[in-house]
Amino acid sequence: MTNAGTPRVALERFLDRWLPQIVVSPLFAASLVFVYAFIAWTIYISFTKSGVMPNYTLVGLAQYERVWSTPRWYVALQNLFVFTGLFIAGCMIIGVLLAILLDQRIRLEGAIRTIYLYPMALSFIVTGTAWKWILNPTLGIEKLVQGWGFRDFSFDWLVDPQMAIYTVVIAGVWQSSGYVMALFLAGLRSVDDEIIRAAAIDGAGPVRTYATIILPMIRPVFLSSIIILAHLAIKSFDLVVALTGGGPGYATDMPATFMYAFAFQRSELGTAAASAVMMLMTVMAIMVPYLYSEIRGSAK
Amino acid sequence: MAGVKLDRVWKKFGQNEVIKGIDLEIAPGEFVVLVGPSGCGKSTLLNLIAGLETLTSGDIRIGEQQVNDVPPKDRNIAMVFQSYALYPTKSVHRNITFGMETRHIGHQEQEQAVSEVTQLLHIEQLLERKPGQLSGGQRQRVAMGRALVRKPDVFLFDEPLSNLDAKLRIEMRTEIKKLHQRLGKTTIYVTHDQVEAMTLASRIAVMDNGHIRQFGSPDDIYENPVDLFVAGFMGSPSMNIVRGRVLKNGSCGIEVTDGEGAIVFPLPEALAGKVAERTGQEIVLGLRPEIITHRGAHAPGSNVFAFERAIDVIEPTGPDTMLVFTLGGSEAIGRIRPGEAVAVDQPYRFQVNMDKAKLFDPASGIRL
Amino acid sequence: MSQAQSGIVRRQGPRQIALRILLFAVLGLFCLYYLIPLAVMISTSLKSLDEIRTGSLISLPHEISLDAWSKAWSSACVGVRCTGLEPYMWNSFLMVVPAVLISTFLGAINGYALTKWRFPGANVIFALMLFGAFIPFQIVLLPMARTLGYFGLAGSVYGLVFVHTVYGLAFTTLFFRNFFVSVSDGIVQAAKIDGAGFFPIFFKLMLPMALPTIVVSVIWQFTQIWNDFLFGIAFTVGDSNPVTVALNNIVATSTGVKEYNVDMAAAIIAGLPTLLVYVLAGSYFVRGLSAGAVKG
Repeated sequence: MTNAGTPRVALERFLDRWLPQIVVSPLFAASLVFVYAFIAWTIYISFTKSGVMPNYTLVGLAQYERVWSTPRWYVALQNLFVFTGLFIAGCMIIGVLLAILLDQRIRLEGAIRTIYLYPMALSFIVTGTAWKWILNPTLGIEKLVQGWGFRDFSFDWLVDPQMAIYTVVIAGVWQSSGYVMALFLAGLRSVDDEIIRAAAIDGAGPVRTYATIILPMIRPVFLSSIIILAHLAIKSFDLVVALTGGGPGYATDMPATFMYAFAFQRSELGTAAASAVMMLMTVMAIMVPYLYSEIRGSAK
Repeated sequence: MAGVKLDRVWKKFGQNEVIKGIDLEIAPGEFVVLVGPSGCGKSTLLNLIAGLETLTSGDIRIGEQQVNDVPPKDRNIAMVFQSYALYPTKSVHRNITFGMETRHIGHQEQEQAVSEVTQLLHIEQLLERKPGQLSGGQRQRVAMGRALVRKPDVFLFDEPLSNLDAKLRIEMRTEIKKLHQRLGKTTIYVTHDQVEAMTLASRIAVMDNGHIRQFGSPDDIYENPVDLFVAGFMGSPSMNIVRGRVLKNGSCGIEVTDGEGAIVFPLPEALAGKVAERTGQEIVLGLRPEIITHRGAHAPGSNVFAFERAIDVIEPTGPDTMLVFTLGGSEAIGRIRPGEAVAVDQPYRFQVNMDKAKLFDPASGIRL
Repeated sequence: MSQAQSGIVRRQGPRQIALRILLFAVLGLFCLYYLIPLAVMISTSLKSLDEIRTGSLISLPHEISLDAWSKAWSSACVGVRCTGLEPYMWNSFLMVVPAVLISTFLGAINGYALTKWRFPGANVIFALMLFGAFIPFQIVLLPMARTLGYFGLAGSVYGLVFVHTVYGLAFTTLFFRNFFVSVSDGIVQAAKIDGAGFFPIFFKLMLPMALPTIVVSVIWQFTQIWNDFLFGIAFTVGDSNPVTVALNNIVATSTGVKEYNVDMAAAIIAGLPTLLVYVLAGSYFVRGLSAGAVKG
């Protein structure tokens, strides 16, 4: 008994002690390789003269200089700022407004909420396809409004290089504003009922109650919503591809489509890597302080 | 100064009747405590008075004004909440002045009012802090300051002390009583704690299941409970409820039988008259723990009766010792002075003051 | 709770009634704003091409025709192959089902090990893994393409299963960690005293308790992976494309007559699985979204 038992007991003890680490380590290793090592590889490639194939000869900042001397990159950056700003503003205004309106003891709240949020379940490709049709310069809204009698109405933003980026904003806001509504509605519902009652006794009407008491209390929801939207905006790729294909020309290019084009269409790996690294830096500049404060906050 | 009058007040949430036709008249300057077990409707009743819930039917008057459809801000009331409900993003100062800001009261007057209440409540040094930086007791004071500054006709308190620890709770209880004595404002106070009710109230309304069971002074509620519910709810430890049978051979008594034998509790004349018609019938005898006690504790001339029972458990509390024994098949408690010679399983000879005994109808629970 | 639960007495009058009407008008208008694009898609998909050219965007079809639907399903041209969406739908299902199940299972066991068997460094490991949820995936596209090529997985559905599992793990771990953190350690301690080990506690105690989180994770992963486009277009070619890529190819095909009705039918078909999940399990979807508030 003892002879047979001892190694088994020892094995059990060993597993008891180390099993959690044994289970976690392959997953952690995968994360180390597929996130950290891959990032490191991309960063390294961005300093090499890689073209169609990886080439490990370091060339310093040449690829970055290349990116920054490409007019297309400036278009992408400009579009990113325009899109991010308007996308965040549009989603926040609509989302906060709808959350407050839905907070007024609406009998059909469940159904209305479902309607407001369903675009979030769709792929950006589906959304892009739908809006591409609605905004179609000849058969879409333009024709609809002309049919109402406004013969001179023209709406061709989709093919207008100056305006095309705003069509991406329109479709993006349509898809994501319900998400902000859901986040804010949850925030509003988390406010202690007694505080709202106290405000009613203090004589504050609904407008003042929301403006000076409830909304300031859910300031963290503003922060996290804006961060999430910014994150979505920087990564936006599918919507642009489906709606405008980056065009007309490269008028609606964004860093994400720029990177894809250089990596998979033009096969200039080094340049693509350099633009990817700059995207990563932008995201990190936003996410790292936010995550840090979130993790610190939840540790308390 | 204004009183509060409720007339056949009903409140339903869907099919659920929470307040079932309550009448209540509170005189100006009174301190009325609504007390009852959780779910009895006491907080809902307070919210109805505040205008934080809409009436289903009935009438509420504050002073001379019918307020059924008047928003809370126009009822001239102030309220202190269980969670204090301080505005977390505003400083203590802004918390106190917020109500005055919404009413467009002049800056000078605001400052004047703030300095009055902060002195009264000793919170001058907290004015610039945020509620998150305050202790429970300090938040409680700020919440009271916010209510006081309104100079309302009626103060409403919704279990304001239940989130405080035991020591602070007693301190604040005294503070609230002092404030009421000083300001003399009509106050309605909700609690589930019968000690709080007894210590604070000028009158207590005992609520159960949407009804007011009894409305009277603390003494009255304690000494003359209308039924078994009120008798059992008020007092700690609660009244001993003993089932017995009315006997009559010469004088009148209640026979209580259990495994240790039968005891006949002789009734004084005042009580005997009430059961004259019930000879041989079942009856419920109510004895508060403090009237079952050691020898020589009662005032001379009272109707003292002695009986023996074996002690099951001894619970010293310091000033008193509680003795748990069995009487008529249920557990009973007597309260004796510490230092008496008692031992578990040994018989002890109690003396009970039968003048203070209560009799209840076993079917309806109504006191006879 | 907020306004919705409280019945505060408000002043009643014509102004309040007018505001209430305005409130419903605004809410109704926004319902139209969100619904009209879907309605336009459905109505267009049921029209003939002639009617599309002559009628207007929002007019209802005179004659309902399912031709566009059958074409989108079985014969529309995706690039040069005119097979309709059907094979690509299967690709997507073959990709989604294993990727969702594997990433959810691994996330569950990972979240459990990191919270209920707190070993030194567990928090650091979690933080490092969580970071993977926030990177723009462009940063891993190039090395992943090479890695898939090296293992012979490039251009295959299996490659996509692998990629989605690896990068979905950060989310699923986050979901389960947040759930298991809220489970009392006492339950695990009691089970340990009863002699249960790491796996018995996980399978018999924790997994049944985590059922709602499993649903959240499955729905979230299903939606994310089904809707993915970037990995699909970067790592697959031709007949191994997932349905999002195929849809985009149908729409972007520039040869021949533009068949808007087929485009719309194809878009609805591609969106239908996630839309169904949303309608059937909306509350879990919303829970995933707000759990994802810390992810994006």
